[in-house]
Amino acid sequence: MSPSTTPLVSLRAVERVYGKGDATVYALNGADFEIRDGEFVAVMGASGSGKSTCMNILGGLDVPTGGQYLFRGVDVGSLDADQLALFRRHYLGFVFQGFNLLKRTSARENVELPLVYRKVPRKERRERAREALRIVGLADREEHSPSELSGGQQQRVAIARAIVSDPLLLLADEPTGNLDEAKKRDIIGLLETLNRERGITIVMVTHEPDMAAHADRIIEFRDGRVVRDGAVRAPGSDAV
Amino acid sequence: MLFSAILMALGEIRRNTGRSLLTALGIVIGVAAVIATVTLGNSATAKVTSDVAALGNNMLILAPGNMKRGPVASNATPFELADVTAVTREVGGLTGVAPLSSKNELVVFGNKNHSTQLSGTTNAYFAVRGWTVASGRAFTDSEVSSGAPVCLLGATPKTELFGGGNPLDASLRIGKMSCTVIGVMESKGKSTFGQDQDDFVLMPLAAFQRRVSGSKHVDQILMSVSTKRATSSVIAQVQSLMRERRHIASGTEDDFDVRDMKEIANTLGTVTGTLTVLLAGIAAVSLLVGGIGIMNIMLVSVTERTREIGIRLAVGARGVEVLTHFLIEAAVLSLFGGAIGIVFGLGGSYAVTRAFHLPFAFSPSVIAIAFGFSATVGIVFGFLPARRAARLKPTEALRHE
Ligand SMILES: Nc1ncnc2c1ncn2[C@@H]1O[C@H](COP(=O)(O)OP(=O)(O)OP(=O)(O)O)[C@@H](O)[C@H]1O
Ligand SMILES: [Mg+2]
Repeated sequence: MSPSTTPLVSLRAVERVYGKGDATVYALNGADFEIRDGEFVAVMGASGSGKSTCMNILGGLDVPTGGQYLFRGVDVGSLDADQLALFRRHYLGFVFQGFNLLKRTSARENVELPLVYRKVPRKERRERAREALRIVGLADREEHSPSELSGGQQQRVAIARAIVSDPLLLLADEPTGNLDEAKKRDIIGLLETLNRERGITIVMVTHEPDMAAHADRIIEFRDGRVVRDGAVRAPGSDAV
Repeated sequence: MLFSAILMALGEIRRNTGRSLLTALGIVIGVAAVIATVTLGNSATAKVTSDVAALGNNMLILAPGNMKRGPVASNATPFELADVTAVTREVGGLTGVAPLSSKNELVVFGNKNHSTQLSGTTNAYFAVRGWTVASGRAFTDSEVSSGAPVCLLGATPKTELFGGGNPLDASLRIGKMSCTVIGVMESKGKSTFGQDQDDFVLMPLAAFQRRVSGSKHVDQILMSVSTKRATSSVIAQVQSLMRERRHIASGTEDDFDVRDMKEIANTLGTVTGTLTVLLAGIAAVSLLVGGIGIMNIMLVSVTERTREIGIRLAVGARGVEVLTHFLIEAAVLSLFGGAIGIVFGLGGSYAVTRAFHLPFAFSPSVIAIAFGFSATVGIVFGFLPARRAARLKPTEALRHE
């Protein structure tokens, strides 16, 4: 990761404004940061500080109303809807704060969904979805629909769906939010493995410092701005 | 691509069985209702038309009295055989002229009896009405002129009195006379209005006048008009002949009436035509209701579907791919519902036509219209909400509650 290479992600004075007039909300108000290939970044901040908004923009689900978002040097803000879809399809994996699984659809079929749009053949799709579910520890729940799964299990299906397509960038909005301690450790371990062994760049929103501690770096938001951005320090150490 | 989109749509239909069935049901009802009502309307019209043709399409009926003043004016002079002869001689453009006098009588054979309409006429009657003798023979000329005690049976009295047995040469008792059966007429079945057209017994007019009515009167004179002649000019001839024979001063109204069966047929045709239009209107309403049902279900599911679309967009689907998927889903449901609707519509109307002895009037254009309309409604209302959702940003679609 030499400084001369183009960063994977670079945000320059990104703004996202909701509403008009008196009702105007600056969900993002000049966010600036870069993320390099292979990094594992934790995003923290109070509720309403703009974390999910920022994730949506990073994931190409939304576009900035001001500033620039460059992905590998490409200005994502200038892409049209179809180009954004292809951008999401080929480079991104997304774990939503609210899972967003298809109802009445089995875990396996949910996980297969990104591969459907990547035109992966049926058989391969099925195998890869099974593998992803095995990785998140749900090999025995393949044919269950979301309504037959616990919150934590749905969370893991959502993670399986995000990693099944081997994304360059994995965005996870509170992936451990609904889990007990043991499951949290499983998930964070899983993300670390994906980051270390497969080299997937990860941005993870979390409220919990001990989860954030597993990342390489923490970005903290307040009122739509980055107020702290630094490497994770081992407890008690003063290193930056 | 198309194949996998179809597979995906089928999977979606399977997963949402309830919603899919309701959507298809709307289409089934719409299509079936339209096909059934219009087919039955057409069948009834065809039945009426053929019944009226059976009455004699080119038939005129001359009767005393004036319909405008109410049924049979009591003081109108009745016709006699001389009038029949005069019409036959004087009026051009007729292919047949037959007298007809009728009375309800009890007909007895052995220990069985049957009340029926007994009529006196001549052999011309068969040609005028287009009737044929099924077994036995018609009257001979000498039987007609002498008024021999012979009779021809309609299919109903034949069955009532003889069952499966042979009625020929049997002797019937009618009032104080007895008469010999010489033939049985071909069955006509029931008319549109449920009237039994086979319930009659015919005998020579002279026999009827002498032994049944006891008068020289002729109730009606039936005429069949040559297809080459304009009916109106023939009617005019009959009218002027009768005015002359009955000494009606100019400026005075006719005391007789010439009825044109073709006109009655046309009137009936108009009535049933109106009925068909009315039924088609009702059918159109049910189609509309079916359409609104489809629309409702599509709109109700829009919340859930919008989220679904958001999810698909989020994992990398392009708007056009999502739309193709929804379009195929709506099309599959519409085609499926439409096919079932056609089966029910045709099956139902076939059953009804069988039950009521109506001809089955199959109309491909109605099927096409009903099917086309329902499919269009299904597809349009399956498609429009999807299109709106697919145009949203993924975040907006996902936020949809
Ligand atoms: N669609 C929207 N319309 C209007 N305002 C919005 C919308 N989405 C987010 N906001 C506002 O933007 C701000 C940032 O919201 P965001 O969801 O990014 O917060 P967050 O940091 O993810 O919070 P949490 O930790 O609770 O998930 C909030 O004030 C929120 O009310
Ligand atoms: Mg959030």
